[in-house]
Amino acid sequence: MLHIKNLHAGIEDKGILKGINLEVKAGEVHAIMGPNGSGKSTLSSVIAGKEEYEVTDGEIFLNGENIEELGPEERAHEGVFLSFQYPVEIPGVSVTNFVKTAINETRKAQGLEDMPASEMLKKIREKAALLEIDRKFLSRSLNEGFSGGEKKRNEIFQMAMLEPKLAILDETDSGLDIDALRIVANGVNKLRSKDNAVIVITHYQRLLDHIVPDFVHVLHDGKIVKSGTKELALELEEKGYDWIKQEATI
Amino acid sequence: MELKDKLLSSFMVFEDRLNDESKHLNEIRNEAINTFQQKGFPSKKDEDWKYTSLNALLKHDYCISPQQETAVEFKEIKKYFIHDIDTYKIVFIDGKYSSFLSETTHDGIDVCLMSSALNKPKYKIIIDSYYNKAAKSDHSLTSLNTAFASEGAYIHIPKNKVVEKPIQIIHFSTGNEATLMLQPRNLIVVGENSHVQIIERHQSLTSNVVLTNSVTEVFANKRAIVDYYKIQNDNQQASLIDNTYISQKQSSHASVHTFSFGGKLVRNNLQFFQKGEHIDSTMKGITIIGDKQHVDHNTLVHHIEPNCESHQDYKGIFGDRSTGVFNGKVVVEKEAQKTNAFQANNNILVDDKATINTKPQLEIFADDVKCSHGCTIGQLDKDALFYLRSRGIPKKEAKALLMYAFANNVLESVKINAIKTRINKLIAQKLGVNLGFDL
Repeated sequence: MLHIKNLHAGIEDKGILKGINLEVKAGEVHAIMGPNGSGKSTLSSVIAGKEEYEVTDGEIFLNGENIEELGPEERAHEGVFLSFQYPVEIPGVSVTNFVKTAINETRKAQGLEDMPASEMLKKIREKAALLEIDRKFLSRSLNEGFSGGEKKRNEIFQMAMLEPKLAILDETDSGLDIDALRIVANGVNKLRSKDNAVIVITHYQRLLDHIVPDFVHVLHDGKIVKSGTKELALELEEKGYDWIKQEATI
Repeated sequence: MELKDKLLSSFMVFEDRLNDESKHLNEIRNEAINTFQQKGFPSKKDEDWKYTSLNALLKHDYCISPQQETAVEFKEIKKYFIHDIDTYKIVFIDGKYSSFLSETTHDGIDVCLMSSALNKPKYKIIIDSYYNKAAKSDHSLTSLNTAFASEGAYIHIPKNKVVEKPIQIIHFSTGNEATLMLQPRNLIVVGENSHVQIIERHQSLTSNVVLTNSVTEVFANKRAIVDYYKIQNDNQQASLIDNTYISQKQSSHASVHTFSFGGKLVRNNLQFFQKGEHIDSTMKGITIIGDKQHVDHNTLVHHIEPNCESHQDYKGIFGDRSTGVFNGKVVVEKEAQKTNAFQANNNILVDDKATINTKPQLEIFADDVKCSHGCTIGQLDKDALFYLRSRGIPKKEAKALLMYAFANNVLESVKINAIKTRINKLIAQKLGVNLGFDL
């Protein structure tokens, strides 16, 4: 599904990603962990197509297609979804209207008609129930005055509505209490299938107790310095990142 | 002949035709034309006109007093009305009253014509007490209007009346007499405890050149509530100088919302005078322009007495080579203790060639007041744009949503839903998007 080859990227002449290689297949969950400043958020932004970052070398393939020339909306239409660490507030536009717009713009790009109103409503109700979201919440302005937890839950609600092929969760666990974490993780797990893939970016092990990864990668100074299975995350939780950093410099 | 000379010589002819007018009015006109003669049109040398030049507009050979009556079919112009709610309507075409398109009343309130009010004895008391009392007599463009004023809306709400139906004042121009200069004059007197809502629009129906120099005086007596909405979405050859003066008595509330989406040049001179305690004055605006359009908001709130408030919130979005000006002056007199005055002016420049000049001016002579002001000029937030695009919303639509989000809090204080809906549609239209839902 996603194949990243020797990816180098940065912002304003500052190199951040220094040769990332990663392959994510349909049905898999990958966790990317690493200390602050290792390039985790940059990697997710680059995959989603943020234009401020410049790819200086390497390639990103999505389902075999090089996506370098695609804008963020076109990548979204191809099935990429990024759950933001800091979702943006849009006053005056309700959650419902925003999600409808996102879905119908995607359908338009795929040559489909707008989703019929009744189907949309049914889907909204179903996904809101999955994430234990109150109906009143849906008529509020997008992210405006939302708590940290509400913003994250709303991100996963959008993911549930858009049904992406590749979902990247960028520190979705930050700002969540235990109950919210469980609800969000449960939502993500319900959306998993053999046809889609999830990349979970996190500092901590705790989200991975709920969304169990098939692979864990450790990012340090713009490179994946260690890959393993879920046990690696436990080891990191116990020992911290220092031993990885040391190993990497040797 | 220069426009100024043409106007001065036309005044003599104009005055001769007004043989039944009262001596009082005649004196007002003569004084006004003298002021205009002395001051002439404002130029960039005047501090208040530093960023707005009338030069290009003054080069045209305007028809000053159109005689021809033009008929317009309702179906052609229906879209310019707020038509989904019941309203009174005072409609003018090329400066002439259109009884066919209007819906006036004398049933307990007077919603009618300035020409009647200026000439009929039964309105004399109101005219003598209010007419030209709020308008600034030393302002050249206002004086020019005062000299030639003959038609416009006259609204008198006696005390203790809540007027349920909003009143629409619409000035259409067809420009059938080529290049037209219009000088409408509105007087709105609202009695104690009365409420009224007014919607004003100037609309050109052709691409002929038109320059409107409008003067509106509003008097809000004790505890009156006046909500005024100005919709400015005229075409590229139409220019408007709007001079609105609002005089408020104790505990009255007055608000003016100005929505500026079109026109070649728009200058809004909006002045509030607080003549009593516990007065609330609100002025808000959304400006969204492009091409080479120019919109200038020049506001004044004069806090004269203690315990009053004023709120200003203007949002501007400027694209292409458009230019905006915001000059907001707040004067707090020595006696006006416990004044709360807030002013905000936030702007987004969408294109590199767009310009905004913003200048808050606070003159505070009292020592126990809360006054704040802030102006910002920025661009669309790149992170926000990325967020929307990453959800599959194309760049153009994403930009539009962000611009809407930036401006929409100004709409919260709009009390008429039909206006909110209309403004939302105009915003979507102005931003060139169809989002599949009403903003």
